[in-house]
Amino acid sequence: MSRVSEKAPTGVLDDLELYTRLYRQMLLIRGFEDLVQSLFLKGEIYGTTHLYSGQEAIATGVASLLEDRDRVAATYRGHGHALALGVDPQKLLDEMLGRESGINGGRAGSMNVNSLDDRLIGSFGIVGGSIAAATGAALALKRTSGGVAVAYFGDGAMNQGYVFECLNFCRVLKLPLVLLCENNGYGEYTSFRSVTAGEIRGRAEAMDVPAETIDGMSVWTVREAAARALAHARAGDGPAFIEAITYRFVGHSRSDPGAYRPEGELDEWKARDPIVLLRAQLEADGIDAGRLDDVARETSEQLDRMRAAGLAAPFPTALESKEFKD
Amino acid sequence: MAAVAFRTAIRDALDEELAADERVILFGEDVAVAGGVFATTTGLYDKYGPERVFDTPISELALAGAAFGSAVHGLRPVVEIMFGDFLTLAMDSLVNQSTKYWFLTQEQVSVPLTIRSVVGAGGRFGAIHSQMPVSWFMGVPGLKIVAAATPADAKALLKASIRDDNPVLFFEHKRLYTLEGEVDGAEARLGEAAVVRAGTDVTLVTAMKGVHDALEAADVLERDHISVEVVDLRTLRPFDLETVLASVRRTNRIVVVEEGPVTGGWAGEVLASVAEHALGYLDDAWRIATPNTPIPYSPPLEDLFLPGAERIATEIRRRLR
Ligand SMILES: Cc1ncc(C[n+]2csc(CCOP(=O)(O)OP(=O)(O)O)c2C)c(N)n1
Ligand SMILES: [Mg+2]
Repeated sequence: MSRVSEKAPTGVLDDLELYTRLYRQMLLIRGFEDLVQSLFLKGEIYGTTHLYSGQEAIATGVASLLEDRDRVAATYRGHGHALALGVDPQKLLDEMLGRESGINGGRAGSMNVNSLDDRLIGSFGIVGGSIAAATGAALALKRTSGGVAVAYFGDGAMNQGYVFECLNFCRVLKLPLVLLCENNGYGEYTSFRSVTAGEIRGRAEAMDVPAETIDGMSVWTVREAAARALAHARAGDGPAFIEAITYRFVGHSRSDPGAYRPEGELDEWKARDPIVLLRAQLEADGIDAGRLDDVARETSEQLDRMRAAGLAAPFPTALESKEFKD
Repeated sequence: MAAVAFRTAIRDALDEELAADERVILFGEDVAVAGGVFATTTGLYDKYGPERVFDTPISELALAGAAFGSAVHGLRPVVEIMFGDFLTLAMDSLVNQSTKYWFLTQEQVSVPLTIRSVVGAGGRFGAIHSQMPVSWFMGVPGLKIVAAATPADAKALLKASIRDDNPVLFFEHKRLYTLEGEVDGAEARLGEAAVVRAGTDVTLVTAMKGVHDALEAADVLERDHISVEVVDLRTLRPFDLETVLASVRRTNRIVVVEEGPVTGGWAGEVLASVAEHALGYLDDAWRIATPNTPIPYSPPLEDLFLPGAERIATEIRRRLR
């Protein structure tokens, strides 16, 4: 993985307006996660949450290439994916707050958010489950819209039967699936190296699925790799696999102080914060710093408004659920 | 005697069994170095080393299979499947290998394994981290299902499970982990219920968190001059029908409180057995369980979903009027 030098080179970003929008998107995800964390600590968000902080470039980069006919399956670490797909941030926050106005009426909570209207099949709480959901979506999309399904999952999921079964299934049936492994180095408190044999990419390659390992902190690198993978899947050539190297800047879930991280590791990765990297590149390519400051200010004001509205929203009062569709 | 937390009782049971028997090993996701995501295995890795206490990949089917294969080759594996909801992934080896082997080897080779798993709702963990998987396993011959309600029982029953020569599913309710109670070190046998409160008007059969809800309801009902006998089943499969029948013959009424979907649950199994054996004694028999829907996240919804003390008291009052 190439390290980005202190001073960004110029002429890297091909579309400055687009990348300025992605900058706003990534700031919104980060700010959303910070807000979730603070509301969790205040007892306004319940159970547990798994934050996406540090991994924003991946969801943002991939989503920026998706079409209306594509679909995404995310994990319990799914707020970033939902936001990148355009799920209404207020409704997403209200869901975390358990409110009636939540995207799933308060039924789902942080780990189970879904919104087919926004192309999000769901966030899946079983490690590896997202891959199966996306496999089925790919099976349908191949016959209907011609869209591609994207499955997000972590390094830890690579040791689940789901991955092997679905990789092979999609390969032999030539299904349009992009498998996006977000390798953040850990599954919960366990380092991925200590529980994973060989290389992640090699597992896809063994099934004749094209695979690449990329820098998951650079949103433009993510976009380039995702464009190749999506083109492969769209062309009817079957699944493609991306391993994006990244890092989560927070604990695994709310109860994790991160004691297993070697000293200094977090700081090293924070020096490659995807938002900081993108900002530096935007500035190097000629976007005015004041304009980027405005974006940051607007985003933080948006989050303040969301917080107030979310906390004022009513809770659901009745559990009316029919077991079956008539 | 000092009060011990439920989670500490679990840890102590594991510690004592690891110390007592070299054949006992413990493995699962984050159980070793980190000491378990619910802090139920703290310090065991340091004490017994990586040969006997180890972390695994996130591969529940491999965990269950490794438990089976090692159990028939002289080890006594204790496996943690973090949340009971993930048992679906371990199920094949457990159901199609472990619980069949004793029968298929013409009762020559038993499968002494214990699978511990955290279960239950009320923690706002939503639809996929709150389930009560008991009913998924009730119909599996050859499997024992243990469900403790107190720290003393958690310790004694876990020790008994590890010493048992059969596959045992040991369920730990996540809302009991902080519960404190005295642990006197007495042994317990699987398959024995306990009458935890004597009463004369109605027999209330339950388990795990339900025991505490039941006792709370019984206190309230006492003020209304309704006397509730509470039976803590402790082992759900096979369950102690004799203790239940003896109680029902005295009270003539039975209510079973199960945290789990009303359809296909163990409460139905208890009622069916009681009807078969003591129909003539019954004036009333019913279940209080959860609706046939997944578990909602939002706190007011989850509270409505669960059979708490208030609902138990209200229903008993209404049925006994
Ligand atoms: C089948 C299953 N086993 C265990 C868990 C508990 N669990 C939740 S997240 C997690 C770690 C997953 O690691 P990884 O796939 O790397 O994703 P990350 O959380 O790092 O994004 C574990 C073990 C689960 N949700 N599902
Ligand atoms: Mg990971």
